[in-house]
Amino acid sequence: MKKAFSRYAAFIALAIAFAAFLAAFPQWRTKALDSLAYQAGTMLLVIPPVFVLLGLLDVWVPREKMVRYMGEGSGIKGKLIAFLLGSFAAGPLYGAFPFAAVLMKKGAGFANILVFIGAWSTTKIPMLLFEVSALGARFALSRLAIDIVGIVVIAWALKAALPRKEIDRLYAEAERME
Amino acid sequence: MLYGLAALALAASLLKDRGRTQAALKKAWKAFEGILPQFFAVLLLVAAALAVLDTGVISRFLGSGSGFAGVLGASLVGAVTLIPGFVAFPAAAALLAEGAGATQIAAFVSSLMMVGIVTLPMEVKYFGRRAALLRNLLAWLFSLAAAFFVGWAVTA
Repeated sequence: MKKAFSRYAAFIALAIAFAAFLAAFPQWRTKALDSLAYQAGTMLLVIPPVFVLLGLLDVWVPREKMVRYMGEGSGIKGKLIAFLLGSFAAGPLYGAFPFAAVLMKKGAGFANILVFIGAWSTTKIPMLLFEVSALGARFALSRLAIDIVGIVVIAWALKAALPRKEIDRLYAEAERME
Repeated sequence: MLYGLAALALAASLLKDRGRTQAALKKAWKAFEGILPQFFAVLLLVAAALAVLDTGVISRFLGSGSGFAGVLGASLVGAVTLIPGFVAFPAAAALLAEGAGATQIAAFVSSLMMVGIVTLPMEVKYFGRRAALLRNLLAWLFSLAAAFFVGWAVTA
């Protein structure tokens, strides 16, 4: 019980701040509540199926396979798989984090995880088609091209910047998370 | 669509092995419950951010001729907001038609997708503070670079 409370403490503090915000700025009240309801709706649409898929992935995909295809030594092939996995996924970026944790737990390489996160955030195929129709092919395709470069650069820089110890700690953490 | 996919996968799994499917669902629930506090926190942050930053404010930031400050502002607005693409793209198209610069719009779209200030609590939970902050910083810097590239590519 005490543990549960401390886990939710930050949320409770935020909820109080949010209530104060609503009380202090009545002009934003309806909009804040509307978008709260709307965002809660979208998240409900995304989060539960993501976790069900994750549970299944966790149970059915053996660790050896993951290490073989996406582990540290998987090279370009691993990057490509990570990239495609992220690009074909649906849903906002926060859906990618729990997914990444399971991939880590199964032994995927850290750079591949980062490529996956980058691809999920910005090179989604259905979104690309939508972007072309809304903003034009030139805009969408030049953005796609630079994004692919950016994803790799960010993954590489982040991996280089984080000490080995911190990465090991994150893997241990993912292991614990179940 | 996601629900369909999950249902399909679940049905296939059930046919193959009941016990394992049960284990999978148990894991799914545990992972879900684990992220719940961060999840609620993100909801509140998003609601407050979107209430303050409505389309009026956003279009003021992205106005034509807003120059580098506009690009910077656009990327910052994109960083703190969380708008699904199917809402953001038409809005961006409308702003573009009203004379907003392509560079500013690109900065907004890029940082909107890659940088998530309000989802940081979730990201920290999975990636640790250091990696999460660094990733967002790098992604933000990159979204500026990407914006200039797209702005150049569109007008060239």
